[in-house]
Amino acid sequence: MNSAVTTGPGFLSREESLLAWLTTRDHKRIAILYALSITFFFFLGGAAATLIRLHLVTPDGALLNAQDYNKTFTFHGVVMVWFFLIPSIPATLGNFLLPLMIGARDVAFPRLNLASWYLYMAGGLFTIAALLAGGVDTGWTFYTPFSTMFSNTNVFLVVVGVFITGFSSIFTGLNFIVTTHSLRIPGMTWFRLPLFVWAIYATSLVMVLATPVLAMTLALIGLERGLGVGVFDPSLGGDPLLFQHLFWFYSHPAVYIMILPAMGVVSEMISCFVRRRVFGYRFMAYSMLAIAVIGFLVWGHHMFVAGQSVYASLVFSVLSFMVAVPSAIKVFNWTATLRKGDISFEAPMLYALGFVGLFMLGGLTGLMLAAPALDIPLTDTYFVVAHFHYVMVGGSVMAYMGGIHYWWPKITGRMYPEGWARFAAILMFFGFNLTFFPQYLLGYEGMPRRYFSYLPQFQLLNILSSAGASILALGYVLPAMYLLWSLRYGRRAGDNPWQARGLEWQTSSPPPKENFITPPVVREAYAYAEPPP
Amino acid sequence: MNRFHMFMPEASSIARPIDTLFWSMVILCAVVAIGVFVAIIFFCIRYRRGSRADRTGAHQQSLGVELTWTLVPFALFIGVFLWSLVLFAQARTPPANAQTLYVVAKQWMWKVQHPAGQREINTLHVPLGQPVRLTMTSQDVIHSFYIPAFRVKQDVLPGRYTQLWFTATKVGSFPLTCAEYCGLDHSRMGGMVVVNTPADYSAWLAGHQGGPGLAARGATVFRHAGCSGCHGPDASVHAPDLADLYGRTVHLSDGSSVTADERYLHDSILLPKTQIVAGYAPIMPSYSGQLSEEDVIALIHYIKSLSATGGSP
Repeated sequence: MNSAVTTGPGFLSREESLLAWLTTRDHKRIAILYALSITFFFFLGGAAATLIRLHLVTPDGALLNAQDYNKTFTFHGVVMVWFFLIPSIPATLGNFLLPLMIGARDVAFPRLNLASWYLYMAGGLFTIAALLAGGVDTGWTFYTPFSTMFSNTNVFLVVVGVFITGFSSIFTGLNFIVTTHSLRIPGMTWFRLPLFVWAIYATSLVMVLATPVLAMTLALIGLERGLGVGVFDPSLGGDPLLFQHLFWFYSHPAVYIMILPAMGVVSEMISCFVRRRVFGYRFMAYSMLAIAVIGFLVWGHHMFVAGQSVYASLVFSVLSFMVAVPSAIKVFNWTATLRKGDISFEAPMLYALGFVGLFMLGGLTGLMLAAPALDIPLTDTYFVVAHFHYVMVGGSVMAYMGGIHYWWPKITGRMYPEGWARFAAILMFFGFNLTFFPQYLLGYEGMPRRYFSYLPQFQLLNILSSAGASILALGYVLPAMYLLWSLRYGRRAGDNPWQARGLEWQTSSPPPKENFITPPVVREAYAYAEPPP
Repeated sequence: MNRFHMFMPEASSIARPIDTLFWSMVILCAVVAIGVFVAIIFFCIRYRRGSRADRTGAHQQSLGVELTWTLVPFALFIGVFLWSLVLFAQARTPPANAQTLYVVAKQWMWKVQHPAGQREINTLHVPLGQPVRLTMTSQDVIHSFYIPAFRVKQDVLPGRYTQLWFTATKVGSFPLTCAEYCGLDHSRMGGMVVVNTPADYSAWLAGHQGGPGLAARGATVFRHAGCSGCHGPDASVHAPDLADLYGRTVHLSDGSSVTADERYLHDSILLPKTQIVAGYAPIMPSYSGQLSEEDVIALIHYIKSLSATGGSP
């Protein structure tokens, strides 16, 4: 264990008043504001998921009426996608780590960074208010003309909330792109960057380029719903498929906003606990850029049975297979990194290994959905629900949890309790699989998604899924408790408890406000073959 | 129905080929996944911290290895894509001898019209072994017509026709569901597809002869809605002749040309201003909001019956 090489109070303990926190321009404090906020939204979205799984224990639905059920899954989707998954890793770990990893004092635009958080909170609280006071029953996808002409719920208000929050995404992406280009410490060349920085950079490109399209799409919903301007509803001369094209032009790349940062986190953790440079570093960096670029060209795979032309479907299909190639490369490279390593199994490593397995299963079932002939029976069933939860929860959330544990000592200066953390990671892994694997079978058997009630033959698999969900829920509550406990009682971490090589480990834990008292030593990324500087 | 069965019935001609592709993909994915899992577990045990495994000669990168696991998946994906392409083309191309039935979806029911005039709600009777083509539209929001046992699904949109075809290969009743979320009672928008032998199907048709055939009903709409005033044989107004129109190429005033299919006829009735036939004045009023989708289908079927190529089967 290194002794502290820097002195002075960390960023946490200077100016502790609430006002100081709410007006901070320190990227580390803003990261913590985000972390608290997304945790709040995560548990709200999780409460909705709990209601859904409880309701689906019986075929006729035990708990909710149809209208409330529809509002509940909409609540779950809207909150989890826009207020948890999209900001999760970029706005918390990305905000905290990007400047540290490139040896900068802060992001390029600290005020804009704080403004992003305020926009996010304004949009988030507004949306939550609209969802709780009346609710919305359109599903998070807002398909037209249902959302514009037929739903009697708070569609307009929720669309406004998401619209506002979108700007926080755009500003954060912009901030990170400029930061990565302009604030790298001398010596930190592009191919010395940790893969996490590559991941955040690729994600930021997607945020900046895709989110404006979401904003326009939401604005058009507002225009049609509020003013009757015919855009999507055929009775007004509009085209309902146009909405789907616009929506998925954002929402498919948005999947990569959620998964690319997770890939970055996992690369950091695996290399640290294997004590090896990530195998095929350059291929890993390029494959993330490839995913970001090709990811813009695959949106039509959500619409194979929606009424688009057969030729469009085939083009989108082949491009969807192409975007799977760089993902496959990454899985193989992580596996190869393990070879001849010196592997230890602290909680972050367990999360990383869990991520690789679950992400792979999510990706492989994505290949099935990319084949239009298989998508015909599988789309809009629980097979799709299982597929994207394997990627979003098995992938992104696992990586987020792992990242929180891995950098917890750096952020707080305290160690989390290792035994409890390993237990929670394993619990989550099994709870997750029990929740979502049965849903693949349900989908193959023909149970459509968004069903308030179902045929009796689906009950056993639904009960298994709900049982898994209760284990998963426990897995999420545990870290919330022991991480809070560790703030006061955790062992002091020291600067570099993992003996890791990233620049963020060369400053004190927690880092001082200005990040580095003495300039960090820059070498190749993941220089585990050499002793720490 | 047993409480837990892994294998759904394969009750249409496309179901078996789709399942073959599905299970082949499952096997391919399982082989890849198990391979990676075994490698991960093997490495994690062998190279755990403190083990005495030989760690010399570890590579940090290798172009050959990277290219291998880039190009091999690439080639596999292209193979799967081509397989799926052939099946998809088949699933999307109804045979020429398919019998057309009409489906109108509305919140939250499926209304079916047979050419001979039978009408059903939330039930669809079809003959065994004969290709059936469904021409579908929605009166309100988007729905999706899904028969799991047939492995067929197609979204049903307002303002346009989509189609789906199948040949049933098993006698029996199979659940029919809505797969695209459509509001309050989405999960109750379902019913049954009943597959009968051709003899039983004919008997069913004969026993449910409710009123005139679809073309005759279309002819009634044609008169009552005032279509005949311009398009009828004795009309004085200069309007396009509808005899033999279906399936013909129509030249439009903007210089383009379209095939007079169901969609063209539908749009010409409800949105006449969008497609003006060359040489005619844009005088036709829109029937949007005046004719129900079912009336429009009857009209189209009537217009088809005026044509040698599109006459009712």
